[in-house]
Amino acid sequence: MILNLDRFLARERPLWNELDQMLSRVESTPGLRLDFDEAVRLHYLYERAASDLGKLNTFAGESLSRTYLESLVARAYGEIHSGRSPRSQGSVSDWFFIEFPATFRRHAGYFWVAFLISIAGSVFGAASLIVDPDSRSATMAYGHDRTTPSERVRREENGQSLDAGSEAALASELMTHNTQVSIQTLGLGMTWGIGTVISLFYNGVILGAVCADYIREGQTLFLAGWILPHGSIELPALLIAGQAGLLLGTTLIGRGSSLPIRQRLRLSGRDLATLILGVAVLLIWAALVEAFFSQHHEPKIAYPVKAGFGLLQLLLLASFLFWSGRGSREPSQMKENR
Amino acid sequence: MTGQNSLRLRTAEGITFSLPLAGPIRRMLAWVVDLAVSMALGFGLGFGLLFLSQISEALSTAIGFVGFFLVQVGYPIISEWFWRGKTIGKHLLRLRVVDDSGCKLRFTQIVIRNLLRVVDMLPGCYLAGGADCLWSPRSQRLGDIAAGTVVLHLAKLKEPDLEQFNSGKYNSLRNHPLHCHRLRNRLGPAASGILLESLSRAPRLEPSARIRLFSELSAYIRSHVEFPSEAMEGITDEQFVRNTVDVLYHQRAGKFEPFTDRQSAGDAARTPPAPQRTAPF
Repeated sequence: MILNLDRFLARERPLWNELDQMLSRVESTPGLRLDFDEAVRLHYLYERAASDLGKLNTFAGESLSRTYLESLVARAYGEIHSGRSPRSQGSVSDWFFIEFPATFRRHAGYFWVAFLISIAGSVFGAASLIVDPDSRSATMAYGHDRTTPSERVRREENGQSLDAGSEAALASELMTHNTQVSIQTLGLGMTWGIGTVISLFYNGVILGAVCADYIREGQTLFLAGWILPHGSIELPALLIAGQAGLLLGTTLIGRGSSLPIRQRLRLSGRDLATLILGVAVLLIWAALVEAFFSQHHEPKIAYPVKAGFGLLQLLLLASFLFWSGRGSREPSQMKENR
Repeated sequence: MTGQNSLRLRTAEGITFSLPLAGPIRRMLAWVVDLAVSMALGFGLGFGLLFLSQISEALSTAIGFVGFFLVQVGYPIISEWFWRGKTIGKHLLRLRVVDDSGCKLRFTQIVIRNLLRVVDMLPGCYLAGGADCLWSPRSQRLGDIAAGTVVLHLAKLKEPDLEQFNSGKYNSLRNHPLHCHRLRNRLGPAASGILLESLSRAPRLEPSARIRLFSELSAYIRSHVEFPSEAMEGITDEQFVRNTVDVLYHQRAGKFEPFTDRQSAGDAARTPPAPQRTAPF
């Protein structure tokens, strides 16, 4: 039997128009929240249009109305069936002090793998420099190969300090650069983690070569005073970005999981975003420390003080990552349990 | 469930519908517009920083680094979050990012799909993302795959005008209600849909193809219901198909009791109750 389109359209068209207008209003007004009556009406109109679509598919086989209705139903479906988290899920501080460290701990294995890859890179970089000192230009980046450690120490200990404006400029440059490197390390996880491994190893090579260069020339104290204040945050942040990249890579590989790839990515999506946003916060702090503190040397600030500050910071960061929020339920878990 | 350039979804209520997916060219054009918007924002920021540099060059440099970075990374994230999956480029090209199950986006999805642009851009000119978009059955770039998102093409659909198939003129078939009834019983929805579709596409056909098509359709209809010769007198095959569609889809009041009337009892139960009036007797 075929649908009586005349009667069907005459009865349903006003409702479709109403749904269309309501959806247009919702779509064109960012942040609009419907009141209860409007939400009930929207849901009713959606169900009615969905039902009409079912009837047209079954009893009419007519494509013009069906295409139009499909578009209406799809728009309404997207508005009603929301994947968004409820707004009451938790504050920013809950996210940073509970969810971020908890996510870090949940995937701590990847962090340690990232750490080991970086250590391997550092050993390689240091060994390369010791075995072949001419390899400096290949293993050192960011201009470290253009001067020797001793020359730099002499210049910076005798030279003028940066003024406040230059420090701010340096901080913002470092922050954006490091964030870009971290995003890249995460993103390269899409190459089944291979790109992330290479990125971590390469950063390790640079760090190892620079450290070996300074230690070889007897500038260990300067190195500790220079690297530790900001490196105690920056390097773990980079490792967390690597942790996220490895998580992404293994999620794609899906070894030992019976879930389809879409489901696996959906499950780890929130953790990936949490880790990389947490990294961004850590890097802002690291950049401020690097620009306003790390670049000041003796006689202005004693190296043991700087190194001690760095070690204390590392201790606090480790405490934060491994203990913060323990015993609290994460905002995401609270949401899932509701 | 995906088809070619469309995402097919089935709701919990059992209703199936498809969403048209955006192709790589349209997405690239939207990206070009967004790039222009980012550049315009960057120029605006740079212009402001020129003034600021007169006061403090270092402060201007500091704000510049952070500002340009935020424009580059933050613009698509903020725009897609507040504008329900749209940026200016996507809005102009009628595109929208949605969750791959047709739902609204979560913030984490927006962050991931935009941060992973760095990989999509490798080794340059969006080569990895573009290739993946072409290869993927859902036209997804790598960032979309990781975030579980798809980009829809929201074509502007007008309300269908089915009146064009209702000539309103004399229809000789209607003089034979029994045959019309048989027609409605024997031609199913699928066949009826093909007849309607053929009429909507007829103006675009070559004359010879048009004659051949309606001749075949006419023969198909007659193989199911043979109308008396007086009903067929003086009408072409195309007019016969048009009259058939008129009979199938536009039932005149009082002629037949349509199937929908039985269904509409269920609809009426779901309609919010109208204000009751007391019968005056």
